[in-house]
Amino acid sequence: MVQWTEFERNTIQDIFAKMDYEVVGPKALARCLVVYPWTQRYFAKFGNLYNAAAIMGNPLVAKHGVTVMNGLDKAVKNMDDIKGIYAELSVLHSEKLHVDPDNFRLLADCLSVVLAAQMGTAFTADVQAAFQKFLAVAVSSLCRQYH
Amino acid sequence: MTLSAKDKAVVKAFWAKISSKADAIGSEALGRMLTVYPQTKTYFGHWSDTSVGSEPVVKHGKTVIRALGDAVGKIDDLVGGLAELSTLHAFKLRVDPGNFKILSHNILVAMAVNFPADFTAEVHVSVDKFLAEVAAALAVKYR
Repeated sequence: MVQWTEFERNTIQDIFAKMDYEVVGPKALARCLVVYPWTQRYFAKFGNLYNAAAIMGNPLVAKHGVTVMNGLDKAVKNMDDIKGIYAELSVLHSEKLHVDPDNFRLLADCLSVVLAAQMGTAFTADVQAAFQKFLAVAVSSLCRQYH
Repeated sequence: MTLSAKDKAVVKAFWAKISSKADAIGSEALGRMLTVYPQTKTYFGHWSDTSVGSEPVVKHGKTVIRALGDAVGKIDDLVGGLAELSTLHAFKLRVDPGNFKILSHNILVAMAVNFPADFTAEVHVSVDKFLAEVAAALAVKYR
């Protein structure tokens, strides 16, 4: 089981309590599609992804960004059993969506960059460590049912 | 994945923009890396203090970012321009190349923290590509 320090728990709860999912989700997903264009392979049905401006303004991308954040929210609310909470989501991403797990790490990196821009100096090295540890656990749990 | 003319222009423009804070960004990136990825501390056993803002971290962060600024100037021939540094990293420092990616990520985070409005997705992709090319050039002499 993942061991969380008090600092890590508090930091994660604090970050997500203050986060506007409607802003951060869309920004992070759009950034991922721009910075790592091969990730667009999963969004062929989203319409116009032809350039950065189109991606940043695409409403389907924005909507899905929020969906992702709501998925992370489940982990925030169940930090002691993210593995269990994500079992179904893991099966979904593997069996139905066929997402290469490397993409989770790419999105996680973009989420860190977006949050860093948002929080500025409040995103200290220790806060970054806690946030990235949380994302790593979420990603690992999402990968668990792949076979 | 190579640097297009647009990538080079974007990197040059952004580097000019951050130049006044470059040293601070370098030091911050290194400090973040050592804190967030503790395994990277294994290369700095000779430092008394690897925390953010410590003297060796500040000093070495400057060294790294200045070398990167230099590389921006050599962006049309990174392999040639970084040949000496590649020799250094391959034969003396022997840094596992996986760590270049880790440091790159932390440089991107430091850029986002210090220039949130300017570090757009478009700048991010060009800088990320540039850092990857630098890493590849540094690894040329490894084997």
